[in-house]
Amino acid sequence: MPEESMAAVVPPLAPPTEPRFPPYDQRLLRNGLTVAALRRVGVPLVEVRIRLPLLAGKPKSRARADVLSETLLAGTERQDKVHIAARVQGLGATLSVDSDDDWLKISGSVLSSRLYDLLELVAEVLSGPTFPAAEVTGEAARLAERIRISRSQAGVQAAEALAERLYGTHPYGLGLPDPGEVSRVRGAALRAFFAAKVAPAGGSVVLVGDSEPQRLLDSAETALSGWTGEEGAEGGRAKPPRFRTDGPLLLVDRAGSVQSSIRLGGPAPRRDDPHYPAFQLANLVFGGYFSSRLVTNLREEKGYTYSPHSMVTHHAACSQLTVQADVATEVTAPALLETHYELGRIASLAVSQSELDDAREYAIGSLAVGTASHAGLASTVASLLASGVPATFLVEHPARLRQVTVDQVLEQARRFLAPSRLAVVVVGSADTVSDPLHALGSVERG
Amino acid sequence: MWCSEGPVAARWCIGTPLAVVSSVVTSPSFPVARTTLDNGLRVVVSPDRSAPVVAVAVYYDVGIRSEPQGRTGFAHLFEHLMFQGSVNLEKLAHFRYVQASGGTFNGSTHLDYTNYFEVLPSNALERALFLEADRMRGPRLTEENLANQIAVVKEEIRVNVMNRPYGGFPWLWMPEVLFDTFPNSHNGYGDFVDLENATVADAEDFFHRYYAPANAVLTIVGDVDADEALGLAGQYFGDIPSRDAPQRPDFAEPDLSGRRRSTHPDIHAPSPAVAAAWRVPNPMDLAAYLPFVVLNEVLTDGDAARLRRRLVSGDRLATALSGYIGLMGDPFDVRDPTAYVVQAHHPSEVGVDRLLAAMQEELDALATHGLEPGELDRVRNRLTADLMRGVDGVLPRALSMAVAEQQRGDARLLERMPELLRSVAAESVREAAATLQPHRCAVLEVVPGGGPSDA
Repeated sequence: MPEESMAAVVPPLAPPTEPRFPPYDQRLLRNGLTVAALRRVGVPLVEVRIRLPLLAGKPKSRARADVLSETLLAGTERQDKVHIAARVQGLGATLSVDSDDDWLKISGSVLSSRLYDLLELVAEVLSGPTFPAAEVTGEAARLAERIRISRSQAGVQAAEALAERLYGTHPYGLGLPDPGEVSRVRGAALRAFFAAKVAPAGGSVVLVGDSEPQRLLDSAETALSGWTGEEGAEGGRAKPPRFRTDGPLLLVDRAGSVQSSIRLGGPAPRRDDPHYPAFQLANLVFGGYFSSRLVTNLREEKGYTYSPHSMVTHHAACSQLTVQADVATEVTAPALLETHYELGRIASLAVSQSELDDAREYAIGSLAVGTASHAGLASTVASLLASGVPATFLVEHPARLRQVTVDQVLEQARRFLAPSRLAVVVVGSADTVSDPLHALGSVERG
Repeated sequence: MWCSEGPVAARWCIGTPLAVVSSVVTSPSFPVARTTLDNGLRVVVSPDRSAPVVAVAVYYDVGIRSEPQGRTGFAHLFEHLMFQGSVNLEKLAHFRYVQASGGTFNGSTHLDYTNYFEVLPSNALERALFLEADRMRGPRLTEENLANQIAVVKEEIRVNVMNRPYGGFPWLWMPEVLFDTFPNSHNGYGDFVDLENATVADAEDFFHRYYAPANAVLTIVGDVDADEALGLAGQYFGDIPSRDAPQRPDFAEPDLSGRRRSTHPDIHAPSPAVAAAWRVPNPMDLAAYLPFVVLNEVLTDGDAARLRRRLVSGDRLATALSGYIGLMGDPFDVRDPTAYVVQAHHPSEVGVDRLLAAMQEELDALATHGLEPGELDRVRNRLTADLMRGVDGVLPRALSMAVAEQQRGDARLLERMPELLRSVAAESVREAAATLQPHRCAVLEVVPGGGPSDA
């Protein structure tokens, strides 16, 4: 606890109520889709999360994958874009398509009584998207413009520079597609790409709502089993990357910046790694939550930055640690120094038992809080299944967190949080921050 | 006119009728227990035993509009100071207690209120109530904490506004186009000069004036027994001394009498953007206000929405388009005066006037011809379902109930909403569209310039 002397006035915690694993069932459809259904009491809606393997490993396929997700809902043999959108509205539903490094993701939410109708619409779309020429050309141009807008953000530039540094030519290093490549995508190429790449095998569907899991699964099976994809179609899976974390700090100039976007990155254990719980707690103590050392130091003591933090993202083939802080230009070097100090400290010295206990309670509690809504539970389970982690993680993980010791935290911090094991990228006013950064180590201009 | 514009609109006219779906929405039911403590604090409790978590929210009836002149950004700065320690708690203690209980927390500053909230495992309910009560009793306002949080807020403004393309667009820049009086028109994040001039005395005065129990609402939603939670609220908050709630000024201003236009230069923006805003009826008058909420759905939500079809898919004048009521995006958390805003990103080759003219044509077409068959039903279904999506989980429900209780004395507004939306007639939506005239419109353009160009 923060202040021993407060213990007298701050109420103690009541005995905890252990979260129960929600009623759950899972079914493998004959087309190769895995459907998981969970029941939660709550709003009369069902949340839908679909992930289909779609590895876009080259710049051209990345461009196609992005245009594909923009235009998948642009028409079928039976109806055009406006009819599809109107149908979705009438069901009280939302339906969106997105793609990332590993997946084509279809997310929706629908009034419970209309789940079947929404899934039937999804099956219709997946069974025969027409990618009308005018829609594809128009959306490709629009997407190219939006990529230019995204790239004007310091955070996006920093994330892309870090990914390239960490992964090189591996698909995870690609970043956003090139706007020129995107604007050249045409309907015919997209139809061929879809036919070759998008298939049910290896995909997952997660449904969360206030209905018996069996009923949810029956709806999904009836609606989605007919979608088979083209024969031989395969989305592909990324190979595990080799992280590159050595080399000098990469400094990227961004004209007119009033802040520096500092990013440090490296590998992290996957969620099914036995060391993940200890790593997760080490990361929390370091910078993974507001009570962490990084926030206390950089924000609450020094006032260098608004929201410094350290987080883990999970790809299909690996997990990644990112430490980030957007700091005033004039304190760029001091902020990086303090970040290195906190990394070095947690990698060299054991955390205190109370720091560990606080982080542990936060990890356990925030898992319960994060899954206490239809949408939160659906997204969490979809992410787990995509990484090949069973949904029982939700109840087994807290028990594993309770076993973690101070020594295990130190061991994982030394492996993954040591400053010598992280690549560093800074995006900002390069001419202003270059000399101060040189004082801390070698710098390469990007 | 509608049918002659663009390939998508044309198909709309000759194709089969769009799906006609009758109302499929039933009203949700959320139990509510309420009380008012002797010191004037209003308490709302809504049990939901579906998961062992609970949300606690405290809403103070003071926001950006109540900032003193020369102290722009002060309501937000003060929100930061409420996390810097309180009567019984050192700096850093508040959020450490929340997180070490397994919870998460935040606060936010809006035009008409400032809120503080946490969501935690339900065994931490008493602790959360203690923490909120302790800062309602009094924050620790020191020179050191003030200087630290001024620095943090400046970095917040840098990361969200100054260093970001379209930062603050349009919510920070539109008010000064749309309004004339200081409370409504100033920048809510504040000028750096004003922030740097803030003093501990200012903060003490602000707290005393606006953070009285009688000026606040407490909501508790989640894994609790209603009577027990009401009892705990009384136990922890009941002995906070009473002081008078301030009289809320009337912030009303006359409507615009002619179109206004303004530009905002943005060195980081690679391409232009534009926002158009019109004043709307007082949100407390739901009969007059709800047609605008429905109208926005008709115009901007999804690929079947009229402005998206015309401007984004059809004529390709805009690369992104969105619309909302209330400058901060939520139609049900704002008082009068407020506005309906449509914003769009567009390529440099597309002139703003051309885009605005096309938008006006669509508004005029709706005002003249009214809604298509089936259009009202489908947008009402989506709107009602969206409201439920918005309260999936105890925290958003606690926030929604708190603001409804504070501004309308009606924590159960949400439950009535499906019925209220069903009562909105097609004719009222047409009439709402007819009010969106050029002479009542405030236009804000983002002018790109000075930033790096994309090769």
